[in-house]
Amino acid sequence: MAPEVFNIAQTPITCHAFSADHKQVAVSLNSNDAQIYTRQGAAWTPTETLSEHDKLITSIDWAPNSNRIVTASQDRNAYVWQQTPDPQTGKVTWKPTLVLLRINRAATHVRWSPKEDKFAVASGARAIAICSFDPENNWWVSKLLKKPIRSTVLSVDWHPNNVLLAAGSADMKARVFSAYIKEVDDKPAATVWGSKLPFNTICGEYASPAGGWVHAVGFSPSGNVLAFASHDSSISIVYPDGPAIYNIRISSLPFVTLTWTAEDTLVAAGHDCQPVVFSGSEAGWQGVGSLDDSTSAKAGAGPRAGPGGVGRLNSLAFSTFRDADTRGHTGAGGTPSDTKLLTVHQNTITSVRPYEVRGGRVSRVSTSGVDGNLVIWDADNVSAVAGAFGGLRV
Amino acid sequence: MSNVLRPYLAAVRSTLTAALTLENFSSQVVERHNKPEVEAAGSKEVLLNPLTISRNENERVLIEPSVNSIRLSIKIKQADEIERILCHKFTRFMMQRAENFIVLRRKPVPGYDISFLITNTHSETMLKHKIVDFIIQFMEDVDREISEMKLSLNARARIVAESYLTAFNS
Repeated sequence: MAPEVFNIAQTPITCHAFSADHKQVAVSLNSNDAQIYTRQGAAWTPTETLSEHDKLITSIDWAPNSNRIVTASQDRNAYVWQQTPDPQTGKVTWKPTLVLLRINRAATHVRWSPKEDKFAVASGARAIAICSFDPENNWWVSKLLKKPIRSTVLSVDWHPNNVLLAAGSADMKARVFSAYIKEVDDKPAATVWGSKLPFNTICGEYASPAGGWVHAVGFSPSGNVLAFASHDSSISIVYPDGPAIYNIRISSLPFVTLTWTAEDTLVAAGHDCQPVVFSGSEAGWQGVGSLDDSTSAKAGAGPRAGPGGVGRLNSLAFSTFRDADTRGHTGAGGTPSDTKLLTVHQNTITSVRPYEVRGGRVSRVSTSGVDGNLVIWDADNVSAVAGAFGGLRV
Repeated sequence: MSNVLRPYLAAVRSTLTAALTLENFSSQVVERHNKPEVEAAGSKEVLLNPLTISRNENERVLIEPSVNSIRLSIKIKQADEIERILCHKFTRFMMQRAENFIVLRRKPVPGYDISFLITNTHSETMLKHKIVDFIIQFMEDVDREISEMKLSLNARARIVAESYLTAFNS
């Protein structure tokens, strides 16, 4: 099945989060407002604007069961949004709840815990705020994970047991913390990451292979494996019990986001503009291919139809030699009309998230990127590695 | 275009493509600020190793990448005094109009003739491979421009000298 491509805006989409029924999506269009789009047939129309932040919104997460949205922003704040009926008109609107983050730098990433009673906010203040609700005052209070983070935390991800938290930061390390809060959590069962888990226990610390910032972290569905993508163009998969770390070095540009689709598969995406699938087990990991079949004919793909170069000498051989001669460009052939990339996304993919789960596997994933596109991919429709990496411009 | 230039430009192109993997990154030093880390240099860990690509002792490119910005500086070939003067005038002319070039820096990095500062905003609003193309095109054109100016300057000097000296000939 071909990927569904929606051009939401001409501006970058910093982040996106779908509602549980996939009828609505919350996106931030590189601005201070979060927009909620509602699906109407094949198009998305803006229905609501969540405006409270006064700087760029960096991350959004939508809790599927409790239907709450949390937004984090570079203005050092986060808000939890809940649908509440207006007392006068009875109209249901999204109302913000205050979060006492106690961080003094930008909030960079936010994720609800699996039980949706806590959320974690990564920040540039070298700390992660773990927030839980305080019903007495009707706000969210936070506890800070500080040690031993040395730089901006770029991403967080929750373990399915609601206690452990993985974080990747710009000090070239991925770490696993305990975010156990006595008032909220039951005592967690022992996992492969450890058995005694008071708050701020460091259950693991893993360096990226060539010293790159860790852009994305992710626990596998069981929580027993950790994957992280770093700026040195590598993906690392950590098995904590058998002390094995698999590093996959890739020959293209670094990934900035990843998500697991099954216990043996993950999808990573980034500056390559295409989602790449990796698979493996405790015995070893390798890249399988890309979800973006750039070799197939793109004619009739709606808004992405063929070259437009009117009145230009558009012979492929001619442009190849001209590029090689005058610009030192050695790529195999040019892209059509030279402005479109061969991939579906035309710029960096900043977020990849599971979209639909079927039979215990994520069957579809959604991506959004700097080009303003939101794309829903079939996670099993993997084209071969050779074809996928052939069209890269490196 | 000489064949010698090709590997040089290819090296600049691939380095620039790899370096242009930028993201929005707000300052860890100053609250609520967001500035190019390569210029602010407030936190060491978000700067990458600078890289010099030189074609010969007179022509080189310095690429300084960081998490949200890169700085690219070019040393233009200057064989003699005339080229030095022309190069200085030419780069000064452009840097005074830096805002029209968007990615141009108003002052060059010490030891270089002209510098570009590309931030994550530029890579968001413009096509990344087109930025790379622009820089490569610029490097290619600036040499030609300066040698053309030198030729026309020499031709002009010759004409001036000839017409001046004809006054003594008669």
